[in-house]
Amino acid sequence: MRHHIVLRVIAKMLVPVILLFALYVQFHGDYGPGGGFQAGVIFAAGVILYSLVFGLEAGMQAVPPEILRPLAAVGVLLYGGVGVATLLLGGAYLDYDVLAHDPVHGQHLGILLVELGVGITVASVLTLVYFAFAGRPALSKEEQQ
Amino acid sequence: MSFILEVFLLAFLTVAALAILRMRDLFAITMLFSLFSLLSAGLFTVMDAADVAFTEAAVGAGISTILMLVTLTQSAREEKPGFHRSPVLPLVVVWITGGALLYGTRDLPTRGDPAAPVHTHVAPRYLEATDEEIGIPNVVTAVLASYRGYDTLGETTVILTAGIGVLALLGIPHRRRRKQDDEE
Amino acid sequence: MRLLEIYNYEVAIVLAMIGLYTVISRANLVKKVAGLNIFQVSVFMLYISMGVVTDGTVPILIEGPTVYSNPLPHVLILTAIVVGVATTALALALIVRIREAYGTIEEIDIHRQDESF
Repeated sequence: MRHHIVLRVIAKMLVPVILLFALYVQFHGDYGPGGGFQAGVIFAAGVILYSLVFGLEAGMQAVPPEILRPLAAVGVLLYGGVGVATLLLGGAYLDYDVLAHDPVHGQHLGILLVELGVGITVASVLTLVYFAFAGRPALSKEEQQ
Repeated sequence: MSFILEVFLLAFLTVAALAILRMRDLFAITMLFSLFSLLSAGLFTVMDAADVAFTEAAVGAGISTILMLVTLTQSAREEKPGFHRSPVLPLVVVWITGGALLYGTRDLPTRGDPAAPVHTHVAPRYLEATDEEIGIPNVVTAVLASYRGYDTLGETTVILTAGIGVLALLGIPHRRRRKQDDEE
Repeated sequence: MRLLEIYNYEVAIVLAMIGLYTVISRANLVKKVAGLNIFQVSVFMLYISMGVVTDGTVPILIEGPTVYSNPLPHVLILTAIVVGVATTALALALIVRIREAYGTIEEIDIHRQDESF
């Protein structure tokens, strides 16, 4: 990709915008279409675009797999942890009403944390899956039947 | 107006599906598959499903396509020509199943009917109670994260399990240590 | 005519049958995965079209009395889409490993290699 100057310039300009848009979709999922899944997928798409244009090495240096692997589990842990926290605070499992002084605020906090957990897991898993696929050496023309 | 749009999109979708069935070049099939996903995202938008269209466009036209392309670099570019078995049995199965399903849909309620059973039990309660109990405008997020939060926990675990499965099958290569003479 | 009222279900079933035929009749593994995805998307269309309400709008609450489409099928299909991509990723990883182990991704050659052991 060294010779494709247009691709490099455009990707350099687009990748921060894509990542920022992913964060926007994540935290504005309450007020418009969006939420954890969409944000996670868009974030992974941004990282994948960067890896495609600048090389897998650069991509793995920017987002190291050693961080992504525990991060994928941290998302699910956050989700389950919110449920356990509501249990400890006296409500049912995943009953967000008890999380704050007021049920509506409790719901807001609960939904925010839960969607964040979902977004973290989805982004990390999809990026890891892409790294796993792209890390294998591609077959040459003769080997592809 | 939206009827014409829907018919148009549905016709394109059927043509794309038939093309995927008949073509042999796997690269073209992947591109057609991405087109199929994008058209279905458009169809979901016309049917007032904003969140679903968003997710389908991102996932189908984005992630699924890129994963298929990467798989193609590791396997083959074309399907082997010729029929290896007779297509009669699959055709019979498909016609019987399709005929039974089409016969079954004759009793389904008219599209868009507000008195259909699907709109009566839980959905109006969610639509009315979301404002007072949860206080966020997006009802789909409220139902997904709060009213049906347990299902979403299971779904997140499914994604994690798929990630673990792919890592177990393929694995990630260890990065080389940064060499001083390795300038790209 | 009744068909004009339920055309969305009919077309979804036709698409589902095309996808099903691709899965059971073609021998190439990548094509089978594509056919499976066609089947999945057609099922999504069946469900989402059930949730449409005439003169309704996106189920995001706004000021004033409005008729909203049913949010429940949207939630179900969101989950289904995500599970679908997880299944596709795993299927494609399996295809890569099968290619590595057997040298081919045509089902008929794989069976022949298995039987010759």
